[in-house]
Amino acid sequence: METPNSYKNGPDERGHFGIFGGRYVAETLMPLVLEVEKAYKAAQADPSFQRDYDYYAKNYVGRPSPLYFAERLTRELDGAKVYFKRDELNHTGSHKANNVLGQILLARRMGKKRIIAETGAGQHGVATATFCALFNLPCVVYMGATDIARQAPNVFRMKLLGAEVISVKSGTGTLKDAMNDALRDWVANVEETFYIIGTAAGPHPYPMMVRDFQSIIGREAREQILEAEGRLPDQLVACIGGGSNAIGLFYPFLDDREVAITGVEAAGHGVDSGEHAASLTGGKPGVLHGNRTFLLQNEDGQITDAHSISAGLDYPGIGPEHSWLHSVGRVNYASATDNEALDAFQMLSKIEGIIPALEPAHALAHVCKIAPKMNKDKIILMNLCGRGDKDIFTVAEALGVKI
Amino acid sequence: MSLSRLEKRFADLRAEGRGGLVTFLTAGDPDLATSLEIVKGLPAAGADVIELGMPFSDPMADGPSIQASSLRALKQGMSLRKTLDLVRSFREGNQDTPIILMGYYNPIYIYGVETFLADAKAAGVDGFIIVDLPPEHDDEFCLPALAQELHFIRLTTPTTVGERLPKVLNNTSGFLYYVSILGITGTAAAAQDVVRDAVATIKAQTDLPVAVGFGIRTAEQAARTVQVADAAVVGSAIIDKLKEYLDENNRPKPGLTQAVLDYVRTLSEGVRSARG
Repeated sequence: METPNSYKNGPDERGHFGIFGGRYVAETLMPLVLEVEKAYKAAQADPSFQRDYDYYAKNYVGRPSPLYFAERLTRELDGAKVYFKRDELNHTGSHKANNVLGQILLARRMGKKRIIAETGAGQHGVATATFCALFNLPCVVYMGATDIARQAPNVFRMKLLGAEVISVKSGTGTLKDAMNDALRDWVANVEETFYIIGTAAGPHPYPMMVRDFQSIIGREAREQILEAEGRLPDQLVACIGGGSNAIGLFYPFLDDREVAITGVEAAGHGVDSGEHAASLTGGKPGVLHGNRTFLLQNEDGQITDAHSISAGLDYPGIGPEHSWLHSVGRVNYASATDNEALDAFQMLSKIEGIIPALEPAHALAHVCKIAPKMNKDKIILMNLCGRGDKDIFTVAEALGVKI
Repeated sequence: MSLSRLEKRFADLRAEGRGGLVTFLTAGDPDLATSLEIVKGLPAAGADVIELGMPFSDPMADGPSIQASSLRALKQGMSLRKTLDLVRSFREGNQDTPIILMGYYNPIYIYGVETFLADAKAAGVDGFIIVDLPPEHDDEFCLPALAQELHFIRLTTPTTVGERLPKVLNNTSGFLYYVSILGITGTAAAAQDVVRDAVATIKAQTDLPVAVGFGIRTAEQAARTVQVADAAVVGSAIIDKLKEYLDENNRPKPGLTQAVLDYVRTLSEGVRSARG
């Protein structure tokens, strides 16, 4: 395959990254999807939009998030220096705020009166409910019944923030089913409703738009590492469900050829077990939720259930730009199992005093595998995209502890 | 040029001066044998066009009835290949009633577009409604289908206005399916005057027949629909009737086929008497 001059040119005007992406939606939604694209382009060209974004990012979300040198962890792993981009310190506890802020400002520009969202772990739901409270917009969050059971603290948070949380019982009651029901709501209420998609997936322009809003992570990290080390890192690492935190970190570095990039999917009980959420490692290209991308599916094209201990990674697809970066070989995609993530979760809590979310614990598990094999003058930069308070019940249960 | 089976059916309806009844069922619900038995009985019960759902695990544009129907079929081992088998079996005894396959793109994409079109044509399929393939993606499946002389029927909705309508009409063939409400399948029906205006707007821009669906549950509603459109589409209500005859394990109870066909017959009588 030919190497492109830049990895940052996508998507094309039809929303494609190579063969991936697109706008595979019902006709009812098509005019709206086109309207969102038009409004987003206009917003990008309007300095006041960026000014508003910057204002709330700084004063409400708390950006820039720090870049932290994990000294004890580095000593423990006895290899490459490990830096964390601390996006878990954002208001609402994850990188999700970066995206919701951008989309809700867009929804306001478009005069939309009602916000809907889907959520897996509840992080995107909490971020959406938070900004809806701030901007006084009614908020409906679709969440799988299975996820509601394992993410009780976030469900309560959303309700405190004034959101209506709708339990989705269809399918396996996880993120993909929540997204199906959010799309059904959108089809029925298309005139007044803005759908804030939480990951870099869905129909064009969502994958592009979410990437752009999340790229604040990578832009800051790039400046911060240059300031701290005087050079770019050797290796970026981020976890991937739909892949929004990962594309946010990776995108500003894509054309820095000397920077190796790895996305870490959730291997659940192991990719060979069939119970995992590793779409790139264990899936093949297909069309779902408005875009062509790698999907977990059977030989008849039926979508199969994903499994991960982390609700935020429990999705049978992945953002289309990741599928493209995988196919052109710019980004390497690895995976970590439930158990590896659990070990990493506990280790980081003890030696750095940071309780990570189970999602970035997958990225950390990969860091623990590669750092010891790298020279001490090498630098790894990992996105610590969420904090783990929401996961303590899940982790306690997995460890057989009653709290 | 000779008329296709679908074009001939609408030409005949026009000649008879009556509206048509388009019935929707999911292929393989509640199981392949029962499903085939029902489909075989549909023409005699008064269905003018048969729409068969290709089951999909994630039917985003469908309401609870069709979602459940799709999952029941998949649970019984239904697949796209078996859906084509069902059509083939039906065609052994019927050469006149058009069959339209309706569903989502992914199973077809995985089957392989060219192979699927060839197999579907050989089985006796007349056209397709693929919910998640808007005109922006015509090169994927719509144009290859038209090249095989198979129909590609598109949905238009209350949001299909202005410049969007000609875009949707372009490459649409056989008939146009007007979705009379914003929403998923199986919800409320639209008021007749609203539908009349919408159909008039569409008819000003195309000679294609216009079928209207979403929310039609009774013979009276079907009748009112064909007073202002060329055909009425009934889906969720037929599936709800079928579900009444399933036991707690979703196995068919005695009388299921008869009950579904009787219900279709009442709809058909409504449609046939509508313009009398």
